[in-house]
Amino acid sequence: MMWRTGIVLIIAAGMVEAGVLPEERADALYHYYDGGGVEIDGPSLLVRKSVNEKVSVSASYYVDSISSASIDVVTTASKYSEERTQWGAGVDYLHEDTTMSLGFSSSDENDYQADTLNFAISQDVFNGLTTVTLGYGSGSDDVSKRGDTDFSGEIDRHAYRVGLTQVLTRNLLMSLNYEAIADEGYLNNPYRQVRYVDAGQASGYGWQGEIYPNTRASNAVAIRARWHLPYRAALSGGYRFFTDDWGIDGHTLELGYVQPWRDRWMIDVRYRYYSQNSADFFSDLFPYADAQNYLARDKELSKFQSHGPHLGVSYTWLDQAGDRPLRSTVNLVFNHYSYSYDEFRDVSSGGAVGAEALYDFDANVLQLFISVWW
Amino acid sequence: MRAWTAAILAGALLLSGCTGIEPWLKPYERDRLADPVMSFDRDPVSTSYLDHVHEAREASRGAAGSAGGGCGCN
Repeated sequence: MMWRTGIVLIIAAGMVEAGVLPEERADALYHYYDGGGVEIDGPSLLVRKSVNEKVSVSASYYVDSISSASIDVVTTASKYSEERTQWGAGVDYLHEDTTMSLGFSSSDENDYQADTLNFAISQDVFNGLTTVTLGYGSGSDDVSKRGDTDFSGEIDRHAYRVGLTQVLTRNLLMSLNYEAIADEGYLNNPYRQVRYVDAGQASGYGWQGEIYPNTRASNAVAIRARWHLPYRAALSGGYRFFTDDWGIDGHTLELGYVQPWRDRWMIDVRYRYYSQNSADFFSDLFPYADAQNYLARDKELSKFQSHGPHLGVSYTWLDQAGDRPLRSTVNLVFNHYSYSYDEFRDVSSGGAVGAEALYDFDANVLQLFISVWW
Repeated sequence: MRAWTAAILAGALLLSGCTGIEPWLKPYERDRLADPVMSFDRDPVSTSYLDHVHEAREASRGAAGSAGGGCGCN
């Protein structure tokens, strides 16, 4: 609790400078993901409008239409399709140099329901050269299982956030973010299975349901910087360190370059690298059934690396000045990811039990969106 | 704990004493920082989608995006 007390003191000690509300804008996005036997697409909408000089409201809507024949699904289940819908609403209130934000979002799919409430308070200090943000989020999830009406699980989530954005020079910006998340409840996937050696089976192995601890606490800290080059372009860099009490450490590194071109174009090129080690209770192949109290064979909890490029192109097709300014861009963003797993094996590849080929896959992600500012 | 308390008090005193520190950039020196190329989150709808893509496939979570807020460039 000590760090929170410290931040409150630091905010109280700040100087005054008028803040600003988020800009009024609307975005309509179509997203498409294709990788590892999974296809997901759908729309995402976001509208933000100022009510007056002090209050801004926002609303969002998001859909994932999922068609999955992922490695987990083809190994122990059958291909399925489902849809996840998420909507959100938020309000920002500006008082002098302080912005308070309250947001609610709700996500629905046929076997999972999640509600999240977020609150944040942001304070500009040093004439706006420094912004300090404190945030808290509370979530409540209901987990169910298709074909098993007796099953039900619940999760409570709490997230604590601290952020600092700092102007270092007239060309250099830096941000530092910290987030602690604590979950409690049914954290498994009710469908996923773990594999264990079973000489009685023709395949040489058997399957049983995974068992996770019912609590998880994680900490993440991220540093990001943007540097305006001597000509009109910017370099960006970021690193995030993640650690949790399941034994996982994760490292995310991102580098980027943004280049405007001929007034109306903006080219955004980035590279992202991610790596993590496995959870303490992960194994691709347990030595026997019920080998330990916690069992996981989720590839997202295993040791792996992913990396790939990001290419974004934005074109300002409307730029109207005057009493009622109006601006609009059309944007295309492409990401490619290569995932390679160090412990999770592709059992469909054949070979001796426990010596099958290690799993890997590539994914392509496409976003097409229109943004309007007024 | 004593070291933490000392560090926090030192931080608070440093900032409370900053009435004597002149901001090191004048408003007219913030033009480059206000340029859209310097925004940590130019397209929030796209950023939150990509955060979702990453979070669904990685164990890491949190501290994504630019929760630190504005850039002081207005």
